[in-house]
Amino acid sequence: MVYVKRIVLDVLKPHQPNALEFSQTIASVGADYRVHLIVLEVDENTETIQIEVTGNTIDFEAVQSVINDLGGSLHSIDEVEVQSEPDSD
Amino acid sequence: MTVLGQIKFLLDITRTRDIMRRYFVVNGFDGALTMLGLIIGFIVSESSDLSVIFSVCLGAAIALGMSGLSSAYISESAERQHALGKLEQAMISDLSESAYGDASRWVPLLIALVNGLAPLIISLLILLPIWLTIAGIALPVPPLYAAIMIALFLIFLLGVFLGSIAGVSWLRSGMQTLLIASLTVLLIYLFAGQ
Repeated sequence: MVYVKRIVLDVLKPHQPNALEFSQTIASVGADYRVHLIVLEVDENTETIQIEVTGNTIDFEAVQSVINDLGGSLHSIDEVEVQSEPDSD
Repeated sequence: MTVLGQIKFLLDITRTRDIMRRYFVVNGFDGALTMLGLIIGFIVSESSDLSVIFSVCLGAAIALGMSGLSSAYISESAERQHALGKLEQAMISDLSESAYGDASRWVPLLIALVNGLAPLIISLLILLPIWLTIAGIALPVPPLYAAIMIALFLIFLLGVFLGSIAGVSWLRSGMQTLLIASLTVLLIYLFAGQ
């Protein structure tokens, strides 16, 4: 089984929710998610951010879905770290 | 997220919490002053039929509520749609399925409810002594004067609320709104009392 351990995403989002609320909501998707958010550029209505999510088994679809729910738009997946682990059964 | 948390979130992302507060105060004040004006008018004209007074005031309260509800919904819907369109242009994406889409549907309704319920509830509270007297419950104060006292108290509370928002003396702010109510009473006595 291949697990996603780390992803770095380039996202365009409205000013609200702010960076803190945005990263907290993403972190709440998984039990052990760690989110590192950097605001790269601020425009009149939007801001470009880089989000790094780390965890044992990152559910990318769920992360993308919560970004869309918050009004964000995923521009690119900039970095990925995956690991293959033997199945437990 | 709880319903209350969701409401708070939608108001935060659209930055409409202050608009809702403004609507509450403006229309609540409208309701209280309208009831005060009607009751003073009835006292000045020496009308004694409480059921007539109650029906007239209740009619005005319902009309104020409906007016607040519909006008705020129509104007806020247009404002939210405009804001959503502007944001969609900036994002170059469809936001109808996002929290912003939810906000454009629900925030106008929430603001309309506040705008409609504020004058209605405040008016009903002012009418309470009249209704109690009609229902056969004796009050220590004549019902119309009791209604005036409640109206003045609620107007004072609205002032206190405004004072707490502005971070100024609550007593001063409360006295300011009370002064406006007193001026209204004076004007009614001057013009309708002839």
